[in-house]
Amino acid sequence: MDLGDIKISLLLASLIVAATPILLAALGELIVEKTGVLNLGVEGMMIFGAIAGFIATIETGSPWVGFLFSILGGAAIAFIFALVTQIFRANQVASGLALTLFGLGLSSLLGHSYTGIKPAAFSDLHIPILSEIPILGVILFQHDPIIYFSILAVAAVYFLFRNFRLGLILKAVGENHDSAHALGYNVILIRFGAILVGGAFAGLGGGYLSLVRVPQWTEGMTAGAGWIALALVVFASWQPFRLLIGAYIFGGVTLLQLNLQALGLEINVALLSMSPYLVTIGVLVFMSARRSRGSLEAPRSLGKTFFGL
Amino acid sequence: MLRFEPRKNRSKFLEISAPIIAVIMTMIFGGLLFYLMGKNPFEAIKLIFWDPVMSPTFAEYSRPQLVVKAAPLILIALGLSFGFRANIWNIGAEGQYIMGALASGSIGLALYPLQAWYIFPLMIIGGILGGLIWAMIPAILKIKFNTNEILVSLMLVYVAEQILALASVGFLRNPEGLGFPGSRDLSKYSSAANPELISGTGIHLGVISAFLGVILLTYFLSYHRTGFHIKLIGQAPRAANFAGVDLRYIIIFCLGLSGGLAGVAGMFELTGPAGLINIDFNVGYGFTAIIVAFLGRLNPVGILLAGLLMSLTYVGGELAQFMMNIPAAAIQVFQGMLLFFLLSTDLLVTYKISVKTPIRK
Repeated sequence: MDLGDIKISLLLASLIVAATPILLAALGELIVEKTGVLNLGVEGMMIFGAIAGFIATIETGSPWVGFLFSILGGAAIAFIFALVTQIFRANQVASGLALTLFGLGLSSLLGHSYTGIKPAAFSDLHIPILSEIPILGVILFQHDPIIYFSILAVAAVYFLFRNFRLGLILKAVGENHDSAHALGYNVILIRFGAILVGGAFAGLGGGYLSLVRVPQWTEGMTAGAGWIALALVVFASWQPFRLLIGAYIFGGVTLLQLNLQALGLEINVALLSMSPYLVTIGVLVFMSARRSRGSLEAPRSLGKTFFGL
Repeated sequence: MLRFEPRKNRSKFLEISAPIIAVIMTMIFGGLLFYLMGKNPFEAIKLIFWDPVMSPTFAEYSRPQLVVKAAPLILIALGLSFGFRANIWNIGAEGQYIMGALASGSIGLALYPLQAWYIFPLMIIGGILGGLIWAMIPAILKIKFNTNEILVSLMLVYVAEQILALASVGFLRNPEGLGFPGSRDLSKYSSAANPELISGTGIHLGVISAFLGVILLTYFLSYHRTGFHIKLIGQAPRAANFAGVDLRYIIIFCLGLSGGLAGVAGMFELTGPAGLINIDFNVGYGFTAIIVAFLGRLNPVGILLAGLLMSLTYVGGELAQFMMNIPAAAIQVFQGMLLFFLLSTDLLVTYKISVKTPIRK
């Protein structure tokens, strides 16, 4: 076993790339859950964003247009979920599952003739001066714009919930929708908007997967990333910066696992491939065990349907 | 403004008509989808819903396929419906199905080529236990640490798929298979096989078990105390708490039941229609069964009908794929749509909707 073959700085840089799709999707889900809606359809929104962005990139040749379509695609499919759960007041758990099944089916239907094509490359943005720093420059400052965006978005969401009135309103709706309603806030409308934003983030995460991380389209390519994003929100106790740490840890596990496979070690490939899922379960158990002693940090109206007064 | 009032008496008429409305809506929107794909929507819908049962050319082949595909869906959905009633969400039935097949397959392959009457029953027990033990992981974690069972049961699907891959190229591979992945064909090993019982009907032991399951669980839900408790938790969790319902027992029961049934469904599939363990053994019955459970309104008899209908979309979908070149993914979209419409029409059943004029100041 020789870990020297893997260059540590490049490894850390690609760790960030591996983590970004999950980070974006999880950040969107965090916003949604803060308003009290549990959208289990992250996997479906991600994969739909992945194919929407991929098709747009192939057809126009521009990854920027591709990312725009990922965002729109994610929001569009989230719109169905918003309609079903907020207007028709359907059960959120079941509707989220339906969204996943629907998204997986629709994406493989649309992506039928796009397998095996390579999309236009998305160039990295080397930040002047900073990217010249030895080691750190390679790890942190030679990435593509979406990665910088994802980190800025984490900070933005953090400040949104901490310093802004809008953040407080969102939290109020998620903590107690009856009180928020009594205060005059339109619970349904706010949740509807949050679901769309969450879908946009998940879609962008999916687009990043098919346009940068892989970059290719294969059926069912998200392979549970959406579900890991959901687990990450629990892990982060609904706090944006913890989400960042969590996503990078998961990125590390995924990457280490892939690198160990590439090195052709004696460890079984199947055992390595199941490791991210086992780690997710382990983390969930750890977090919930800790939490059962203290207080619950989940938004109090999470998953409950608001029927109006 | 719309106003929602819980219905005091659920109307039987709406209860039955809501799923029918959902099916019709799916047909309309599905037809639109086929139209957008450049296919004749009427022909496609007829091919999916009518021809597998009634067409003189296809029905002879399709009808047996219908029950063969419905059996695992019904078995799995029956188990899931109990948990769904009590807000216990096992969505990892696909993994439990795989583990049931692997456990029973291991028993059968270990005893090969011994011929004895006890091998098949032993494999049934193995199938039940394989699925049950796999489902106990989220159950115990939920009870001990309050871990979310949705995420754990789903993560375990991916783990089970890897174990399946490991088995098909490794410890269960056919030693006479020239190095190709896949185990020995259990449907050709007479002590382990689950053959068609009446030729030309597709009926095997799994189909009979599904029917028996419907009868037993209908009875259980109506007359057994645990069945009553499960219904109570779903409808009035606070009341259930005051009545002293032990939630831990209900969690173990619901996950155990759904895991065991998914496992035994995997066993019947392995020894009958599938024949052997291979990387592509699971085809998504565990996920489709979620739709079946809702389509059947979480009611055993409803699930029986829903399973047959969903199986029809599979068989008809294959036919549409073959005759009209409609991709299999279109059927998955179709099934997803159906679930959305079902969940939306549920509102009509549980709530009375009226238009409220807003109060002006």
